[in-house]
Amino acid sequence: MNMLQVSVWRGGASGGYRIYEVPRQESQSVLDVVTYIQRHIDPTLSYRFACRVGMCGACAMTVNGVARWTCRTHVSKVVKGNAIQIAPLANLPVIKDLVTDMRGFFDKWARARGQFVSGSGTTRKDDFARVASDSPERVAANAGIECIGCGVCYASCDVVSWNPDYLGPAALNRAWTLVNDVRDGARRERLAAVAGDAGCHACHTHLACSERCPKDIEPTASIAGLKRAVARAALKGEL
Amino acid sequence: MSSGQAGYAAGPAAAPGTNAKFETWLWIAQRASAVVLALCVLVHLVTIIYAVRHGLTGAAILGRTRGNGVGLAFYTLYVLAIAVHAPIGLRTLCQEWLGWRAASLNWVVGAVALALFVFGLRAGWAVFA
Repeated sequence: MNMLQVSVWRGGASGGYRIYEVPRQESQSVLDVVTYIQRHIDPTLSYRFACRVGMCGACAMTVNGVARWTCRTHVSKVVKGNAIQIAPLANLPVIKDLVTDMRGFFDKWARARGQFVSGSGTTRKDDFARVASDSPERVAANAGIECIGCGVCYASCDVVSWNPDYLGPAALNRAWTLVNDVRDGARRERLAAVAGDAGCHACHTHLACSERCPKDIEPTASIAGLKRAVARAALKGEL
Repeated sequence: MSSGQAGYAAGPAAAPGTNAKFETWLWIAQRASAVVLALCVLVHLVTIIYAVRHGLTGAAILGRTRGNGVGLAFYTLYVLAIAVHAPIGLRTLCQEWLGWRAASLNWVVGAVALALFVFGLRAGWAVFA
């Protein structure tokens, strides 16, 4: 039988790679490979997954050095000879094996004011807000709204690796969708939260986030939008 | 915060030393000075190439720059743009490469800006006066 040589990260930050032999199968995903190892070779292997169909974003890992959703990555697409290397996502603390601690990642969404804030004066008795689907704000929000928070962009970002305080592509993209939400009432606070050395101004436009995003979102464009919005607010004295 | 944000849970405080207004104005200043520099560098390079290709002597160049108010005004603008642009970039480099994010960085970078401005103006004045 054709066997894959799978090198898997084991342990915490100071762990190392261990090699497993996994039978090669047709239409095999990288998640299938990891699952095979846990079910048939070593039940102590820790990893995360939930939906298996690219909806939840839980199974993101580093495959041959690149952050990917393992459920949507065919072995045939990434295998080199018969070898694959699987590691936890970069730029996040490793808890164990392929599982990272994503608290810092989501805390940054909160720091970037990633929560919707109802505009002042609106109550639950008001009618639904009507937002034209072809309005520029709605179009801009649409471009970034499908993010499911998998962390692939964050793990791929050079600026995050240089500056641990940097909010990162996902949190900034979320902020940009809310900046374009005409119902939102926290524009000023949000623009102030995403400005500066830890925010949109730190982006080097390397485009790794846009290149790697499994949802084809372009956080780089969202961050550029934030830079423009923040500059406009500063010029108007609204920052 | 407006009254509409009652119940809005603020996230953890931003990292120390991050002043949104200050950082944004630095960003605007660096972009604006870059626009000026793009033009100034072009004029400066064309002038150098012209002088070299035509074999102008030092004395001939000084003959053209002495008392030339337009030249002095141009190089004053050029020096000003450099004194704004370069230190802001240097500041970012120090933050990213050295992890230097203390208030002392702003003072050092401010001193670099002042030095660039003073020495640049001195050079411009030297070929004018």
